[in-house]
Amino acid sequence: MLRLLWLIPALPLAGFLVLALFGERFSRRQVTWVGCGSVGTAALITALVGAAFLRGFPDLPSYHQTLWNWIDTSGMTVGVSWYLDALSLLMVAVVTGIGFLIHLYSVEYMSGTGEAGVSAPAGREGEDHQGYSRFFAYMNLFVAAMLTLVLADNLLLLYLGWEGVGLCSYLLIGFWYREPEYGAAAQKAFIVTRIGDTAFAVGLFILFTQLKSLSIQQVQTLAADAWPVGSNVAIIVTVLFLAGAVGKSAQLPLQVWLPDAMAGPTPVSALIHAATMVTAGVYLIARMHQLFALAPPVLEAVAVIGLLTLLLAACSALVQRDIKRVLAYSTMSQIGYMFLALGVGSWSAALFHFLTHSCFKALLFLAAGSVIHSLGHEQDIFRMGGLRRRLPLTFWTFLLGAAAMSGVPFITSGFYSKDWILWAAWSSPLSHRWIWFGALLGTLLTGLYSFRLIFRVFFGEVRTSPSGEPGLAMRVPLVVLAFFAITVGFLELPRTLGDLPLFSRYLSHVLPAIETAPGMDESIEAREQIAVTFSALLGIGLAAVLFLPRANFADRLAGTSLGRMLVILWQGGWGFDRMYDGLIVQPWLHLTRESGEIIDRGYESLAVAAEYFHVSLSRTQTGHVRWYAATVAVGALVLLGLFAM
Amino acid sequence: MLTTHALVLAIMLFCLGLVGLLSRRNILYMLLSLEIMLNAASLAFIAGGARWGQADGEVMFLFILTLAAAEVSVALGIVLQLSYRFQTLDADAFSEMKG
Repeated sequence: MLRLLWLIPALPLAGFLVLALFGERFSRRQVTWVGCGSVGTAALITALVGAAFLRGFPDLPSYHQTLWNWIDTSGMTVGVSWYLDALSLLMVAVVTGIGFLIHLYSVEYMSGTGEAGVSAPAGREGEDHQGYSRFFAYMNLFVAAMLTLVLADNLLLLYLGWEGVGLCSYLLIGFWYREPEYGAAAQKAFIVTRIGDTAFAVGLFILFTQLKSLSIQQVQTLAADAWPVGSNVAIIVTVLFLAGAVGKSAQLPLQVWLPDAMAGPTPVSALIHAATMVTAGVYLIARMHQLFALAPPVLEAVAVIGLLTLLLAACSALVQRDIKRVLAYSTMSQIGYMFLALGVGSWSAALFHFLTHSCFKALLFLAAGSVIHSLGHEQDIFRMGGLRRRLPLTFWTFLLGAAAMSGVPFITSGFYSKDWILWAAWSSPLSHRWIWFGALLGTLLTGLYSFRLIFRVFFGEVRTSPSGEPGLAMRVPLVVLAFFAITVGFLELPRTLGDLPLFSRYLSHVLPAIETAPGMDESIEAREQIAVTFSALLGIGLAAVLFLPRANFADRLAGTSLGRMLVILWQGGWGFDRMYDGLIVQPWLHLTRESGEIIDRGYESLAVAAEYFHVSLSRTQTGHVRWYAATVAVGALVLLGLFAM
Repeated sequence: MLTTHALVLAIMLFCLGLVGLLSRRNILYMLLSLEIMLNAASLAFIAGGARWGQADGEVMFLFILTLAAAEVSVALGIVLQLSYRFQTLDADAFSEMKG
């Protein structure tokens, strides 16, 4: 069974190829079967491979499969080879499982008219169909690239998947390419993440020149032998890797692309946020954890970046008007939690939050898509309201997702994962107390902004009347994801609440646990958990006070001068966009738009010089035979003189 | 001694020819000057061949002789065309090829 491993990335890739080549000629039903079927089969094979892998698990902690040699030159051998261990199996399961549910959802969501009115008008069926098959082709490629990334045995193959994911995000964010602003959002995502990718590539080069190997496992053991803890090379390489991770995972300071990436269709947002792109950075750091362990300052930077992103994004999420932008900022914030956990050395906690986050964020996006779909592409939450009775299924699933995200205690998965992270931030010797306080403030803000959405969208009076609940293909993923959003949390129960560390025991074969600082016993953990519980519930309660339609506290707060200033600041994402615009984009445009462009000027002077020489040489062509004869004679004399000397 | 005299004569002839070529305007005289230069070169080859007792000098002279004959036949044709077109033999009048 394990030998089927190669099929997992190959099937979505084949789906992409088939759809890209023949998608135009297929009927809609065939496109659906190929697009959904390839990912669905990959998920099925993942289940088979996973079952076979887990059967022999503690004895065979990893499985390695080489298909062929990709590059073989002196000193460098890179194979197309896959590596399956507890970590990559978890990632693959999430990517294929959630990816399949999102594909299924898209079948209905992308049928008929598109979301932003860019779909084909009546009578241009062919173009609409072209969009449909194009959508599934890109989505399949996205899943294939992400699977390559997580299954890669060497860093070069990982980088191939890494770039593939970036390419697909560009293609899908700019899916409705006829709208110039959507194209701009796609370019922004591509260019901003490319800054991180370049740093990552430089890091790879340095790593290869130092260690002469690209195999992920080999590199880390070699590095641990060759470099002492805190050595300069380790710090440089991990800083460059961190830059790559920060770009892909939309953390400070490269987070600006994510809110704009909402230009793509909603299933794309779900795929980017839950299963593929933004988790790539988390995966990279977890995968290279032995390397990061060699650079404690960088690890601390990871935690600080996570904490800052978590707080800044949570504030921005509080004031957005667009439902998808709220969710985008919430993703940044939740990924911030994962970075925080990685930074304090609690790798398993980060991946547990990744697992729960994938479930509830996919659920939230799909439920939001359902709202948007039924309201005729309305995305402004101030024009929504009262959908609780009209869209009961959407309401309940959205409520479960929001509850999981804000960490409603004991019943939701988000509580267990977030509590684990906060406990790690409290107890890890790599952490500081103020990091924990910041994260605690984050839980409060999470509850606040998630339930702001609930109260604005589903309560109060009806502002836009919905067209009705979605069909079966959209309902099934919602229900399944809602189920998971609640239950996956029970995979890891803390010491104080049942003590069932299934998840950490499973990952302990790949990711070492950092020993807690001395004196952290259960009573402290219980007290810490009460604080977290209280903070999450306080956030939800505050949201009820502030945003329940009858209370207009929020409007009054926003009406004060300080409130107005903060709203403007937070709506613009703390002015990062404007800063980059002023510092980089505008000067660059200025430089290129001026008529006397610098590079052009060089080429222009070359042309002027050529013309000058041409004119002066053509003057020697007088047409006088005696002049030619004279020049020949003079030339002969000069040559004679030269040779005589 | 004989070689030196012959070479001095050849140089004098060549310079006379060159000066004639550069100073004359009439294209027929320019052709004549060219012939003189060719003959000066031939004389130098003959003198060299005689000095080293080799046949190469005479061989070169035969080449130059044929070259001169060919050149004159082509050049006279061109001169005829030119005088027919421009009604003059002034070389400076034929400056149509100027760049």
